[in-house]
Amino acid sequence: MTFQTFALLLVTGLGLSGVYFLIASGLSLIFGLMDVLNLAHGLFFTAGSYATWWVMSSLEVVGPLGLRFAIAVVAGGGLGLAMGYVVERVFVRRFYGDHVTQILITLGLSLAGVALVGGWFTYDPRTFPLPEAFGNVVMVAGARIPVTRLLTLGLSLVLLVALLAFLRRTRHGLVIRAGVENRSMVQAMGIDVQKSFTLVFAIGGMLAAIGGVLGAVFFAGVTPEFGLNILIFAFIVVVIGGLGSVEGTALASVLVGLTQQFVNYLAGAGIGDLTVVALLAGTLLIRPQGLLGEAVR
Amino acid sequence: MSVTTTDHLDTATTEAIPPPRRSRTTPVVLGVVGLILAVLPFLDATIPGVFTGPMSSPGTLQILAVGLVFAGVAMSYDLLLGYTGLLSLGHALYFALGLYGTNLLMRVFGLSYVPAFALAVVIALAVAVVLGSVALRVRGVAFAMVTLAFAEAFHVLVEADPLSVSGGEEGLPLASAQVPDLLSGVINTRWVYWLALAFAALTFVVCRLAVSSRAGRVWQAIRENEDRVELLGLIPFQFKLLSFGLSAGLAASGGAVYLLLVRGATPFSASAVFTLNLIVMVVLGGLGRLWGAALGGLVFGYLQLRLPGLARSGVFEPLPAWLEGPLTEPLFILGVLFVVLVMFAPGGLASLPERLGLRRDKA
Repeated sequence: MTFQTFALLLVTGLGLSGVYFLIASGLSLIFGLMDVLNLAHGLFFTAGSYATWWVMSSLEVVGPLGLRFAIAVVAGGGLGLAMGYVVERVFVRRFYGDHVTQILITLGLSLAGVALVGGWFTYDPRTFPLPEAFGNVVMVAGARIPVTRLLTLGLSLVLLVALLAFLRRTRHGLVIRAGVENRSMVQAMGIDVQKSFTLVFAIGGMLAAIGGVLGAVFFAGVTPEFGLNILIFAFIVVVIGGLGSVEGTALASVLVGLTQQFVNYLAGAGIGDLTVVALLAGTLLIRPQGLLGEAVR
Repeated sequence: MSVTTTDHLDTATTEAIPPPRRSRTTPVVLGVVGLILAVLPFLDATIPGVFTGPMSSPGTLQILAVGLVFAGVAMSYDLLLGYTGLLSLGHALYFALGLYGTNLLMRVFGLSYVPAFALAVVIALAVAVVLGSVALRVRGVAFAMVTLAFAEAFHVLVEADPLSVSGGEEGLPLASAQVPDLLSGVINTRWVYWLALAFAALTFVVCRLAVSSRAGRVWQAIRENEDRVELLGLIPFQFKLLSFGLSAGLAASGGAVYLLLVRGATPFSASAVFTLNLIVMVVLGGLGRLWGAALGGLVFGYLQLRLPGLARSGVFEPLPAWLEGPLTEPLFILGVLFVVLVMFAPGGLASLPERLGLRRDKA
């Protein structure tokens, strides 16, 4: 393997890790705080990617494609935020404590959502124009790296830092972290945890939708089933990282993204995906609570 | 044994999962339904709007046969989710093992259909025991994710096809030469239909016997309170593995029958979406009630195959485009119906007679 190939695989793998992190971090927080396995999370991702497709190919009022992309990030994120809010308030809230019903409802939303997007935009992959600069490569330490990979990596890093800062430096973040640790204690202190639930769902939806925006650029196109497919790897990331731990999710994203890229390149397409599943099985056998997860509650 | 003195009065069950009941009319009703289904291939009657051709036409029988296979596989899944309380997101794996296994054993080793069928089911059972032992180390949501990941691994394997045996994304056409003449060709659709009916009926009988056996009672106890079962001196793991294995074997049999119906194996059968569809069938019909799951499977199979036809016939033409598109998607209608049922009628279709006050045996 030449250095050029190595660097390309490294940055591509990290870019993929970024996409995984964005969708998995919300899942992990939602699960950590509310014990809800949100199968509709892939829908937020799909919404973000289709928002990007629409803004990039149809919003002709705005001329420069770079500006359009910025709008896509904001619009996609906003859409995810709104969807997360609605899903929590309308569908999930009524069934706290009833895990199976919550899973079933989000599952139904997920299937209906994919079919809805498929019915509106067909199942054909859609591509869209990108700013010219996105097609360039930059020289990093002597290796040629496509700009889109760096963009995915950079933006997800910024969001990781922002999320950690939010969780560690703000009052809302404090309540969320405390709630992940011990929800009933927080309630006993007279704090309205329900507000945090809604907030976490909305933030998770926003992050997943921005993941969808970046994913659309990263994979150069969008399809309706895309979110559901990537959700499966997000689940794996969440379990490996430890449910409820944002740091663990970040670490596991990097592990999974890099493993997938390198093994797929070295051993053939598909083998990397299998290795990731083997990683998951290994994690469960050796450390069932995940890399940075709390021991069984 | 101080344990046995703890109160046994705590028999509260959730509304979604009713306790097993033995109604005297149910076996009669089911027998009649089975008999009607068995003689359908001799009926030339047409039901306008419901089916395009007469009941005996291959097209109609094909739709019904798919529904029957789904009914059987849904019942096998109900053993896990409805009776044992295990939310597996990887049941498609075992269905696909039966489907691909039978086909590959016929293609690669030249076995004829029946031995290939049997061997594929044995393989699926073995895989279920190994993977089940790993997955059942964790509970609840983690179990769901692990089963999902295992199934996804197989999905990736058949789709990427590194050994060039499974046909990749295109799938693997049926090894027709190895199939008995009676079960191949459009003319013989009725025989495949009867095979599907036999599969559904046998699955029902097996599941019924299983859930009323001693092990079956322990499954339901695990569903209600696993810690208490452990406290009573039983090892939940063994019983859960038994449930997992039995349902995997039945699902694999369903896969082997489905192979003849769709004349090939495609990666979709191994996908997470297929498992999600199974959940929709079981919950649509009624969780924890075998005939409910069977009904869900039939309805799902019917809607999935008939809705695209309805859409093509132009029923939805007058609607605005933003509504017409989604309405032609079977999964959109099923998904919405599913969400509505889960929110407002958790017992599924099987609970509707009670909800509407038609049955008063809700003791």
